[in-house]
Amino acid sequence: MKKFISIILAVSIAISGLVLATKLLEPKYMSGILEGAMIEEYYDDPTDHNVVFIGDCELYENISPVYLWENFGINSYIRGSAQQLIWQSYYLAEDTLKREHPDVIVFNVLSMKYNEPQNEAYNRMSIDGMKWSLSKVNNIKTSMTEEEHFIDYVFPLLRYHSRWSDLNSEDFKYIFHRDKVSFNGYYMRVDVKPAEDVPEGKPLADYQFGDNAYTYLDKLTKLCKDNDVKLVLVKAPTLYPYWYDQWDKQIEDYAKANDLTYINFLNLQDEMGLDWSKDTYDGGLHLNLAGAEKMSEVFGEILSTDFAVPDRRGEESLEKYWDGVKTRYNTEIDRQNTNLKLYGTVHAPEEN
Amino acid sequence: MLFTSYAFLSFLLVVFIVYYLLPGRAQWSYLLLASYAFYYMCDPRYLIFIAITTVSTFFAAKVISDKKVAFDAWFKEHKKEYEKEERKALKSKEQSAEKKIFLACLLFNLGILAVTKYTNFTIANINSIISAFGSPSGISFVDLIIPMGISFYTFQSMGYLIDVYNGKFEAQKNLFKFALFVSFFPQLVQGPISRYADLSQTLFEEHRFNWRTVSFGLERILWGFFKKLVIADRILVAVKAIIASPDTYNGFYAFAGAMFYALELYADFTGGIDITIGVAETMGIKVTENFRRPYFSKNIKEYWNRWHITMGTWFTDYIFYPISASQFMMKLSKKSRVRLGNNLGKRVPVYLSSFIVWFTTGIWHGASWNFIVWGLGNFVVIMISQELEPFYRWFHSKVKVEGTFGWKLFRVVRTVLIMSSLRMFDCYRNVPLTFKMFGSIFSQSSLSQLNAEAFIGMGITGYDYAVVFVGMLVLVAVSLIQRSGSVRGKIAAKAAPVRFIIWYGLFMATVVFGAYGIGYSASQFIYNQF
Repeated sequence: MKKFISIILAVSIAISGLVLATKLLEPKYMSGILEGAMIEEYYDDPTDHNVVFIGDCELYENISPVYLWENFGINSYIRGSAQQLIWQSYYLAEDTLKREHPDVIVFNVLSMKYNEPQNEAYNRMSIDGMKWSLSKVNNIKTSMTEEEHFIDYVFPLLRYHSRWSDLNSEDFKYIFHRDKVSFNGYYMRVDVKPAEDVPEGKPLADYQFGDNAYTYLDKLTKLCKDNDVKLVLVKAPTLYPYWYDQWDKQIEDYAKANDLTYINFLNLQDEMGLDWSKDTYDGGLHLNLAGAEKMSEVFGEILSTDFAVPDRRGEESLEKYWDGVKTRYNTEIDRQNTNLKLYGTVHAPEEN
Repeated sequence: MLFTSYAFLSFLLVVFIVYYLLPGRAQWSYLLLASYAFYYMCDPRYLIFIAITTVSTFFAAKVISDKKVAFDAWFKEHKKEYEKEERKALKSKEQSAEKKIFLACLLFNLGILAVTKYTNFTIANINSIISAFGSPSGISFVDLIIPMGISFYTFQSMGYLIDVYNGKFEAQKNLFKFALFVSFFPQLVQGPISRYADLSQTLFEEHRFNWRTVSFGLERILWGFFKKLVIADRILVAVKAIIASPDTYNGFYAFAGAMFYALELYADFTGGIDITIGVAETMGIKVTENFRRPYFSKNIKEYWNRWHITMGTWFTDYIFYPISASQFMMKLSKKSRVRLGNNLGKRVPVYLSSFIVWFTTGIWHGASWNFIVWGLGNFVVIMISQELEPFYRWFHSKVKVEGTFGWKLFRVVRTVLIMSSLRMFDCYRNVPLTFKMFGSIFSQSSLSQLNAEAFIGMGITGYDYAVVFVGMLVLVAVSLIQRSGSVRGKIAAKAAPVRFIIWYGLFMATVVFGAYGIGYSASQFIYNQF
């Protein structure tokens, strides 16, 4: 009996040590690159969403769910991550539909240009935050680059062990918890960097989207149809990376063939009133808060009118939830504006 | 398949579990399958080479052995029927027949090794000679595969053949058992070069699961991983940086590079051997030790008795002694004594044999002049050391330092410095550059080179150096403890919490501080290339 207890104790200590080391060494994404923390935040939102946006930075930096709530009563969430590939979007959609039943899923089509796994760091930011399920397993298997191993996702210590020399106070502070970095998936920036000299797209040897990308677009379409969810394809209005006419035509054809709505917001810039000297924080790659709220105004109207997404303002639990998000949202606006005035950047010196 | 890869660890786990689930009599057959599967996973083409060596050696040894047994039995029965001279002639005839088979097999297999490893080296040298005579055209290089571990399994097989030929033991009767001896996967890639008489004692036995044996094996594997991942692969980056830019990193940097390489090679090679021995141990199989704290050696001769022991003894037993005892050497000894006097003359055959051994040792390590010069460098140092014996005796009669700690330390440091200097031939791309870099240690070293920034610029951080330094201290501490017996045995005698802290600490140190995964290029064990 004594030996049995000793073994149990030793195993418990060993596992605890490994867990502790993993928690300490895994990146926290609480400052600097915040995108890595966003996928995980979704699971903390207890509400059922009517609209879920799934895609890359063209969604999570360009649409404000807070604005959609305040002005249209749309309860939405952005499951976005940096350079989110289409199969990652598909598995995130699959994961979402296991948990809730939104009326609409919005997918940003820029990622159709990628047909193969791209970058380990972005994979990690898209996948690490997912809860374990078959969707996550398949997501990992589909996304891994040649240098990656599945076991590194199962035991993140094997991947992040080398961070021991980069540990800082943030790693200790956030060892067991995380602060919220997004506002229902929205990554906020209030600063301005006008879009000047935006480069034209270079001619490509082949404009055809890859088979793999189409396979996952088909799967996403089928997933939504099978679950009676409307799938809306969108192209955000940002100027760069360049969106080719040939790409646009393929998406238009696909939407027509599959009876889907496709909205290219590049064509709605005037309607949105976008001013590229004021509404972007990085020279046209992404919108800032002003730009995101302009896009949200137009998109909110479309979602309410064309897709009959209900106005849920007045629902007590939702009001309570959104009050909390709005408070954080406004605090962050104040914080960034203050920093801008003091330091000329939204980041305080200690965040760099 | 790298020992430090997930693929190998997964393979090992499966092999281990199935091994102990099987009935004991099936274990060796299963190990043969696993060994061939391992080799197949490395490159399917390798199997052809190892199969040819296995089959040819097995049958040659078997024919020799059977002939020996049959002749001995016949001779025992009929020797009285023959006169002494006739008996001698009969024996000689029999030996001659055996020798033909023996030499045919030996040359055939060494031929395979020579062709695969040394063809392009030979072509390069021929081309150099041709171009020296002004001819612009040369012979084209050939694209040959070099099976992983061919030097190890060929030498292991030839050692077996020589032992059978010399009548040390009868040949193995089962082709598949012999195939396992040649291909046993833990030692296939980097040795040790086991002797059949040693390895066969446990290789074909039935092994039941024994926690102590298994845990000892796992501990040895862990220790090997620590050495390889925490020390060798971490300092490797700095070694590569120094070697890659000889114009920048000369003088003191070249010296530092030689020291770093000495540490890297030791941690890499002994780490790999620890994994080999540990893997075998988990399955109850005893593989010969290959190192005995070589950096504590007081001279080069002792060093070579403690470094890559199985290779050293192989060359001694199968090359040095046969050559020394050959008729040619006997005649040479006689002649040289007559011509040069007894004192000098008796050394000629010894030094010639030694020269051949070191030349062979050099070229065994790699098809390049660097390795040949490295081998001969060892020969020169050992020869000088022997020639200086009278001086040492005179010195110690005058200066009473023998036996003091300071003198012992001096000798150890001297050995490390000499061996590290010789190893510079391993590092630089050709012999002249190696000499130049060695010379730069004396001509271009300056105090300005002793700055931390330059060392950080070699691609590793101050933290990396700290880890390597602490790892090295652990290595030295373990070596010191080892002098009075098995470290694992000593740890096993400690209380359970102490054992847990030590092994769990080593495990965590390896997992956290190991240089592996994304951001680190998977580094081949240095001796895999041989």
